[in-house]
Amino acid sequence: MDTSEQLRILGQIGDIPSLAEKIRETNMFPLCAKGIDILQINMGRCCNLSCRHCHVDAGPQRKEIMSRQVLEKCLEILSSFPISTIDITGGSPEMNPNLEWFIGEAAKLNRRLIIRTNLTLLLEEPYRHFMDVFAQNKVEIVTSLPDYLETKSDRQRGMGVFDKVIKALRELNLHGYGMKNSGLYIDIVHNPVGAYLPGLQAALENEYHKRLLIEQGVHFNQLFCITNLPVGRYLDYLIESGNFEDYLSALCHSFNPAAVRNVMCLIMLSVGWNGLLYDCDFNQMLDLTVNYDTPTSIMDFDMDKLKNREIVINNHCYGCVAGSGSSCQGATTTGD
Amino acid sequence: MSYYEPKDLADFPNITEWAQKEGNKFFEYYGAATGAGKLTEREKSLIALTVAITQNCPYCIDAYTTKCLSLGISSEEMMEAAHTGAAIMAGVTLAHSTQMRKIIKKKEM
Repeated sequence: MDTSEQLRILGQIGDIPSLAEKIRETNMFPLCAKGIDILQINMGRCCNLSCRHCHVDAGPQRKEIMSRQVLEKCLEILSSFPISTIDITGGSPEMNPNLEWFIGEAAKLNRRLIIRTNLTLLLEEPYRHFMDVFAQNKVEIVTSLPDYLETKSDRQRGMGVFDKVIKALRELNLHGYGMKNSGLYIDIVHNPVGAYLPGLQAALENEYHKRLLIEQGVHFNQLFCITNLPVGRYLDYLIESGNFEDYLSALCHSFNPAAVRNVMCLIMLSVGWNGLLYDCDFNQMLDLTVNYDTPTSIMDFDMDKLKNREIVINNHCYGCVAGSGSSCQGATTTGD
Repeated sequence: MSYYEPKDLADFPNITEWAQKEGNKFFEYYGAATGAGKLTEREKSLIALTVAITQNCPYCIDAYTTKCLSLGISSEEMMEAAHTGAAIMAGVTLAHSTQMRKIIKKKEM
């Protein structure tokens, strides 16, 4: 479904108030950024998997790949400003031929360096060496494992994917990832396999640690619960399964003002494969570039204009402010 | 129109209407009784789901099936809990046949 159709559907939510109305009730509207602490770089939409919940609509057929020129500009900006976290995402970032070079350059900046990878490519040539590249450069790995049950996880990501992820996790444990005092971190993303919200992150993290250690012999650091936002393939799923209205209603009824105060776009800037700038990766997939007189391309980067920019919101953003809140780093409140 | 409509579930917080004091006390008790204590939230949610099924409450079945999914409880675990509830309901029924048997034995020659 193209982005204009997605936005049309997100604009027609019946009796449910718009998110802008909900935020106005809390006197927090408009949302404005509080600086740029995370630069999230989407290396491209090409991926070896085609997960059913993917907001990127990524897959092997996608050809969009970030160029070296855009990556060089990212490095220039990172060198010039004290942005503490570099967050690399995709698609499969490994499928961008510039990844290894970029990690080497980014690591020299001594920032927190994160890569979001589905891990499965790391078991195949010519990608196997990335396990060493990540470890040598102390890259924090964030990987998706929607459920600790194979059948459930594979329903979302494809047959055999769970098994490959577990194999890769075991190998990464041997490299030191997820092991005590190694300084190498691997975090797992849980997102619901269906039309419901994630439970409390702390409780699910305990369950994941217990089940993955006992049943799979796998260690990891933290669990990040991420609510599925009604964007991309997940929006298709909600509509096809007749869950769209109920899901939006559930998000709205779980609206949490505390999560609005902690929403990730307040401290993040997202860079698209072609250098366009967004408030987050979800806005990126809806073609909602940064707005309100701020430069929309990284080539015109202007920290003064971007650091306090007004955030572009739409009804998909309900996903980040429902329940315990949701971000690329998991829940944004304790949920108590 | 159906007597039970899914959207009615969203009206549940409004049962305090016309009896605010009692309603608030109920929700306070409800929160305390269903939150994690010596039993985990997972265990309590399975108990709640089982009671909801045995008592045929569509609202509670909807709410607690969704909650169990959110907590990572598998379909197999939920179905096992439903069987526990069904077995206890069968036991309750058959245990009450004791009354029937007592009366039969007293009244028959």
